[in-house]
Amino acid sequence: MAVLNDEQEMLRDMAREWTKNEHPVGAWRKVRDAGEPFDADAWGAMAEMGWAGIIIPEEHGGSDFGWMSLGLVVEELGKSLAASPLIASALAASAIVLGGSDEQKAQYLPRLASGELIGTLAFDEGPRHAGLKASASVHDGRLTGTKAFVHEASRAGLFVVLASDGVYLVEQGQGVTLSSRALADMRDHAEVDFNNAPAQKLAAGGDALAQKILDRARVLTAAEMLGMCQAVFDTTLDYLKQRVQFNQVLSSFQALQHRMADLYSELEMTRSAVEGGLQALDSGFAVTEAAMLAKARANDALHLISKEGVQLHGGIGMTDEYDVGFYLKRARVLEAAWGASSHLRDLFATAKGY
Amino acid sequence: MASVAEPEAKADLDAFREEVRAFLAENFPPELRGKNNLLSSVEEAGEESPAEKAWRVAMGEKGWGTPTWPKEYGGGGLTKKQARALEEEMAKVGAWNPIGGMGVMMLGPTLLEFASEEQKHEHIPPICKGEIRWCQGYSEPNAGSDLANLQTMAEDKGDHYLVNGQKTWTSGGQWADKCFCLVRTSRADKHKGISFLLIDMHAPGVEVKPIKMISGMSPFCETFFTDVQVPKESLVGEEGQGWTIGKKLLQHERTNLSGGGALAALNSQPLGKVAERYIGLDENGKLADAELRVKIADFEMRWNAFLLTARRAMEESKAQGGVSEISSILKKAGTKLGQERAELMIAIQGYRGLGWEGEGFEQKELDGTRAWLFGKATTIYGGSTEIQNNIIAKRILGMLDHQ
Repeated sequence: MAVLNDEQEMLRDMAREWTKNEHPVGAWRKVRDAGEPFDADAWGAMAEMGWAGIIIPEEHGGSDFGWMSLGLVVEELGKSLAASPLIASALAASAIVLGGSDEQKAQYLPRLASGELIGTLAFDEGPRHAGLKASASVHDGRLTGTKAFVHEASRAGLFVVLASDGVYLVEQGQGVTLSSRALADMRDHAEVDFNNAPAQKLAAGGDALAQKILDRARVLTAAEMLGMCQAVFDTTLDYLKQRVQFNQVLSSFQALQHRMADLYSELEMTRSAVEGGLQALDSGFAVTEAAMLAKARANDALHLISKEGVQLHGGIGMTDEYDVGFYLKRARVLEAAWGASSHLRDLFATAKGY
Repeated sequence: MASVAEPEAKADLDAFREEVRAFLAENFPPELRGKNNLLSSVEEAGEESPAEKAWRVAMGEKGWGTPTWPKEYGGGGLTKKQARALEEEMAKVGAWNPIGGMGVMMLGPTLLEFASEEQKHEHIPPICKGEIRWCQGYSEPNAGSDLANLQTMAEDKGDHYLVNGQKTWTSGGQWADKCFCLVRTSRADKHKGISFLLIDMHAPGVEVKPIKMISGMSPFCETFFTDVQVPKESLVGEEGQGWTIGKKLLQHERTNLSGGGALAALNSQPLGKVAERYIGLDENGKLADAELRVKIADFEMRWNAFLLTARRAMEESKAQGGVSEISSILKKAGTKLGQERAELMIAIQGYRGLGWEGEGFEQKELDGTRAWLFGKATTIYGGSTEIQNNIIAKRILGMLDHQ
């Protein structure tokens, strides 16, 4: 764990207590069984605790606590698989902070900070994230194009859309049609079709704006994945300490100890990479590279840990009644988000010039 | 308060930097600039040139080779900040620390914690001056990973111990003057029967046989003790306390080995750049071997995560005032990555990454071959990866001992 200041420690402890007591994995199970995208009351509570405004400047209703602070909260939510539009909405807000005009900031940021408005990014057009390529186009202030697998789309009032010539804000409403897409994690995803939808350009931030938004998406998603890694690891370790086979608790078997030591090593390296990404965002130094590293590391570690989590739980890990399978399914969805490892390695090599 | 104290501390530090610069200008022979031999700890000490000797003596007399050790035993008595400033100033002029080896890395800190005053005054100053070489007598043919199984016996003969037994993997044993050794003073208890003894390698009855390794080097030895008389004053700590002392020393060793140390530094050229030279780029500007390109990127990203972890461990331990929990994974992960890197270098260089000697190779290609082979030891020595896994599982994760 990175060395935190008092403010960050308080925030983390608050998030940890809240998820443990008020919003454990069981809460997500209820939401899923009810067919809801997330628990509206829980989202209200998160907003009330100020989480939706952590990276929004104070003059626009946020607390401006920074990315490390937001990452700490997101990690805790990842541990209990808390369904909320926090990440999507914070990323949409960050796009406006980075690229919005004064009017756009005044218009949207206070409502995003209070949680009243939910925003989300609509970048990808296919089943695999393809970086900054987009064919959606804008003519006379109207955007046309189809975005695939947009997270948290069903409750979003604002879409931050990547078009061929920049990043645009599109409100839910005229010219926007959603078709729900149920993925294995049962979270909120939809294909969003924009047909001459009124769009405002995010004009500041320059050519690099979309990249900056993408960097933030990668790091914050990696923070959620880090929380999931930690939760699966801890749950699996507890299980091995309790489960008896051959008249011995499983945790006394060296073969299993060494596998856990390997997973622990992966987990800690991932924590370093994710915290490094959050620190890079706060310092503004070498952000893109740190973001690629954080996401690739989180992808690979969560892939391994979620798989081993099921295997080490044995048969019970295969049941819907037990939580560990939820992490496996959510893991693969997040691995696909904002760049699979192979995509990120390709980008990394290109950035390094080989 | 800080606002008053800090400018003063900064002024002190600036004054210290001035002192260092003046010292370097006067004492560091410019012809030694950047000539630090990173493999020196595993190679025979060649004849010191007059310049090298002068540089070692100058640093030794200042105590700056062991900058943070207490002055009264020959150390530099510097604060951590001063030591960092010293390092930075040396780097600026291409100077390096000529004082090292196991005495500095392992034994010194252990003596400072456990030895008597007399022992500290006797043994630490020569370490600070780089005057004698120490070797480590821990492993035995049947006590490697199961170190506590060691059998070398030190029998109490009143005024001295009579030592009999065999050690193995004694790094640099053939060049060492003295050996810090774990010996058995009692057969009654596996752990409590072990004591920590300092033995003169030139004493009658000590015999050393170098072991030739797959890398062609012979930095490791078998060491035989036959009726070696060791004075009682050479026992560090209490009789039977050796296991505790020895384990503490291993922590110093692990810290020093975690990054693959000198070998990692030796291999510091970015792999992508090396690959570009040996493999070439395709028309899209990507390495012509697509699979290798991905492997290199994957390695470099994991290596960066390792470096971030090492940095985090340092920051955490500074903030907590103790050793960070994750430091125990650094040796395991760092040595594995070091080996992967060496294998990747061969994959990149092809035959030229496998040169053994003679014509047709660059020196760094030949060095790479030796480093690759020598590097295989890193996951075996200093507590093998398997032992590190046991430590992580039991001490950190709280998993049970097997029944």
